[in-house]
Amino acid sequence: MDKMPKWADVVLTPLISLILAMAISALVILAIGESPREALTTMVEGALGSSYGWGFTLYYATNFIFTGLAVMVAYHAALFNIGGEGQAAMGGLGVALVLLYLPLPHWGLALPAAMVGAAAFGAAWAFIPAILQAKRGSHIVITTIMFNFIAAAALNYVLVNLLRPVGSMDPATARFPEATNLPTLSDIAAGFGMEWGRNTPVNVTFFIALLACLLVWVLVWRTRLGYQIRALGKSEPGAVYAGINPVRITVIAMLISGGLAGLMAINNVMGESERLVLNAVEGAGFIGIAVALMGRNHPLGIFLAALLFGFLYQGGGELALWTSIPRELIVVIQALVILFTGALDNMVRMPLERIFLATRRSKGAAR
Amino acid sequence: MNIRDSLIAIIVLAICLIWALADGPAAQQGIGSALRLMTPLLLACLAGLYSERAGIFDIGLEGKMLMAAFTSASVAFLTGSAWLGLVAGIGGALALSLIHGLASITFKGNQLISGVAINFLASGLTVLIGQNAFGLGGRTPALSGAGRFNPITLPGADAVRDVPVLGPIYSGLISGQTILVYVAFALVPITWWVLYRTRFGLRLRAVGENPASVDTAGISVTRLRYAAVAICGVLTGIAGAYLATGLSAGFVKEMTAGRGFIALAALIFAKWRPWQALFATFLFGLLEAIANLYPNLDLGIVTVPSMFMNALPYILTVVILAGFVGRAVPPRAGGEPYVKER
Repeated sequence: MDKMPKWADVVLTPLISLILAMAISALVILAIGESPREALTTMVEGALGSSYGWGFTLYYATNFIFTGLAVMVAYHAALFNIGGEGQAAMGGLGVALVLLYLPLPHWGLALPAAMVGAAAFGAAWAFIPAILQAKRGSHIVITTIMFNFIAAAALNYVLVNLLRPVGSMDPATARFPEATNLPTLSDIAAGFGMEWGRNTPVNVTFFIALLACLLVWVLVWRTRLGYQIRALGKSEPGAVYAGINPVRITVIAMLISGGLAGLMAINNVMGESERLVLNAVEGAGFIGIAVALMGRNHPLGIFLAALLFGFLYQGGGELALWTSIPRELIVVIQALVILFTGALDNMVRMPLERIFLATRRSKGAAR
Repeated sequence: MNIRDSLIAIIVLAICLIWALADGPAAQQGIGSALRLMTPLLLACLAGLYSERAGIFDIGLEGKMLMAAFTSASVAFLTGSAWLGLVAGIGGALALSLIHGLASITFKGNQLISGVAINFLASGLTVLIGQNAFGLGGRTPALSGAGRFNPITLPGADAVRDVPVLGPIYSGLISGQTILVYVAFALVPITWWVLYRTRFGLRLRAVGENPASVDTAGISVTRLRYAAVAICGVLTGIAGAYLATGLSAGFVKEMTAGRGFIALAALIFAKWRPWQALFATFLFGLLEAIANLYPNLDLGIVTVPSMFMNALPYILTVVILAGFVGRAVPPRAGGEPYVKER
């Protein structure tokens, strides 16, 4: 028998975790002599108060949807992929190579090509940890951490020594061809004669992210492969007994995960900076962990959690601009969300379960 | 100890020897620098060793070191005493250890996720508090004088300076380090002794391999694991304090720069054993020192870019984990919360 109704598990526990994280963050703000209420107002106004704020919030959310989905797919196979950061960085390299070396006349053609490049490079970067986990039992958490660092070093080398335009001091590639620049949502709005979110980076990738949510949902809950992934995640001996090849499913799940993390690059590299710069991912790979945990490893939850973190990210930037609270406050909130929804899950869950059991018992007694 | 176990030691000593023969003065400088760079790695590696041998995975070494570096630099600046700074550093790291213990022992949560959270918590809190307290963009003011751990000249260092071979080694490498370097090196035999020659050590290793057997013997798994996590906090605290008050003069935002993860790599490289940890961290310290001294290392046939040297610890760890060069097998109950049968 379930100790808690499903809605409590899906809605109540993440909500309480979030409230706990926010309460502690408020205490931290109080401790450094600032007003939490003022901080919250600044964040809400800066991130949601104007179409400009929304433009950035949605841009960040797009990144986090991809990295959140990446963590989620691996998580359903009981693999903890913390290599999203490196996989997304490699995805950026894939995008840059496609856009710099393939003559693509229009963004409509460049986008699918870049997506293939991004996903292929991201997946390739996840492949070695995946095969090592599947065949040699090397712990995927450690190997993906190591691959984050190796990716950073490799990208540094490629940008400084290979892709940097002659005469440039900046470790970055040349600008991508003008024709391949993605239309931003403000361009699209302008096409309809509306003014929305001028000078914001949110672009058509946002819709691709929404589509990705849907496709991942279909994959995980409506296909044979998704069933195999979940079966492996629940119990490896059970999966093997059912004739599922754990090596194959582990590798496939990680390839999908790495591909999704890599796909983030069409948003930040192709859509926003329009060239590949050093450290383009800016921690979005790690935020994916918080997003997936908060979103209870479901695409809808991940969408909502990504919006929340997009809001926090944009709001945090505004906070740093208008108050003396540095934007690292967001890192603290992110840490607390991961702590409460991920590691201290039982701390929130145990008392709740007790309450639900008690109410059920008292109902039973009354009957 | 068979030949395979001493492989890292042989490689490390061979590198030192070749370097010394090729370019004596540069080698002395480089190896001295490697000794200083390996100290935080060694301390963090031993910290992880206690924790993981007791079955608590810890990928939060980085965060604990960072927190300790910050608290120690702040207190050392405010009080002017590096020793009080050290105490504060240990306190800072212990506080995070307590969170890790709560999450992974008491509430039986996911140890890896808890470690990730602790890394972010440290990275955010240090800048948040630092900016608020000192207003220097997350840095602490520069330390000087008694606010730092200064080099100690060992007795007789000057007298033997001119003795060939042994003179430079004693006066240039062994003497003239800060006290925390000697502490770190002394902790290697101490850890070995505690782990393999004391009752506590036996229980600690047992609780990482098979906690149920420890429980059956009537010993508290919870208490043992908390003890291990606390030792881990103390050692990462010393590591962080050394970074901020020994190696450099103050705290800088994100100053651990992945050292916690290199220490983790060294721990796997050393297969969770103290003497091997010494040589693994020495190897990684050497790599860092070489990368610093020669940004583009010219080996005649190929030029090795510094990025490769920096990434080498991580690459080596993946190779070791893959089990092609001597398999690294973690403690069997590592990462699993212990649930008593009811």
